[in-house]
Amino acid sequence: MAEMIAVHDLVKNYGEFCAVNHISFTVAEGKIFGFLGPNGAGKTTTIKMLTTVLDPTSGKILVNGHDPTRDQKQVRRSFGIVFQDPSLDDELTAYENMDLHGILYGVPHAERVKRIDMLVDFVGLGDRKKDLVKTYSGGMKRRLEVARALLHNPRILFLDEPTIGLDPQTRNHIWSYIQQLSKEEGVTVFFTTHYMDEADRVAGDVAVIDHGKIVAQGAPAELKERTKCANLEDAFIALTGHAIREEEANAMDRMRMMGRAWRGGGRR
Amino acid sequence: MKAIYILCMRQLKRYVRSPARIIGSLGQPLLFLVALGFGFRSMFAKAGGGNYINFLSPGIISMAILFNAVFSGIEIIWDRQFGFLKETLVAPVSRLEIVFGRMLGGAIVAMAQGTVVLVICVIAGFRIQNSLLVPLAILFMFLIALLFTGIGTVFGSVLQDMQGFPLIINFLIMPLFFFSGAIFSADGLPKALKFALRLNPLSYGVDGLRGACSSVYAYGLATDLIVVTLLTAILLGVGSYFFSKIQL
Repeated sequence: MAEMIAVHDLVKNYGEFCAVNHISFTVAEGKIFGFLGPNGAGKTTTIKMLTTVLDPTSGKILVNGHDPTRDQKQVRRSFGIVFQDPSLDDELTAYENMDLHGILYGVPHAERVKRIDMLVDFVGLGDRKKDLVKTYSGGMKRRLEVARALLHNPRILFLDEPTIGLDPQTRNHIWSYIQQLSKEEGVTVFFTTHYMDEADRVAGDVAVIDHGKIVAQGAPAELKERTKCANLEDAFIALTGHAIREEEANAMDRMRMMGRAWRGGGRR
Repeated sequence: MKAIYILCMRQLKRYVRSPARIIGSLGQPLLFLVALGFGFRSMFAKAGGGNYINFLSPGIISMAILFNAVFSGIEIIWDRQFGFLKETLVAPVSRLEIVFGRMLGGAIVAMAQGTVVLVICVIAGFRIQNSLLVPLAILFMFLIALLFTGIGTVFGSVLQDMQGFPLIINFLIMPLFFFSGAIFSADGLPKALKFALRLNPLSYGVDGLRGACSSVYAYGLATDLIVVTLLTAILLGVGSYFFSKIQL
């Protein structure tokens, strides 16, 4: 089967700090791949490099056969993404957010209208699609983002902690749809999560990354066997240790705090 | 092209949907118009300067456009914070299309604000001498708007957060406004200040707009038009360049 994502000897340095340290892995077409690791391990940095928004220091990446640093357009056309942080325009309605996405991705008008209606209904937002996104709860925004990522029929779906803040019902609903997409339409899924039960249930293969290095790779069952643990959460802790990670607040975090202070009460 | 259109439309929708911003950003130009316009009117007339409201209004209109345009550009920082920027940066459209859509939308918003201020100025007694030159006035308003949206885009692309914003307002935007000939003419200024006025891109915008409204130029229509058009083209290019270099 074709490799949809191939990463070879990938490195990302921020000055002295090495965020991603010589990692390699491949994801075959139609597979669901879980990328697991503690906070600050390098998951999001890796996703940024795979999705063309961050240039690697060295190493080679192929996404759907294209190099994200050179053939950006081809790579971008291949994937849909749900970011770790919200990425909707709060001042637009759900429908307008979807429509804008469809236009940016060149989805023809008739198909756009049809798919938007289908997808917002699917995530249970059909009767709220004309409302401004700023009136949505965190979970509703998350669902809308998942719907939006699917709008242009991507071959690869990147999900950076997609189910954070969602109740078990919604999580199950979304995962079963994603599993169905992967099975029936051969969509490749690359996701990160902190819910190990979720990774155990849906991922065909996982890689565990810690301090920028991949410390284990394989099917969840293999990892459990290797570490002699009953569940993936214990296996994960056996592989990465008990220490709680400190992430340094970046400029964005500082600004969010300031934004909250200025705008009174925070918007999420 | 569709990407430019939809991103431009987005800016306009956001503008129309926030009456607080529309009214809020009228406060400052209104204050300047009333306080300076009526405060210095008789002094200006006694000194032989003529109708001060007619002199001041193009300056106040330029001011409204300046602030709104820079702000529209700097909005990139908010989009970065609230995440929408990422959505556009991973889309299969060139950064150039994205930034052009944004700048066009930002410039139109700034123009709209300038037009509202123009109406207020007319209510306060401002008169355009030659209505045939109104298109020329609109052209200058649009060029000022584009030029400063470009400058705002540079800052919005380079800055990571809003910490530097007061710095930009107090040490760049306010001086640009005060030393542009918006509220006083260059005649009789100390040499150094006169020179500063000549270096300020807004001076040519204000002069062009004032000339179109009252047919009196300090630098001449051709100079104004050439300087402002050239600078606008350069700033749009520089803004696009910095925007294209954004990494998340």
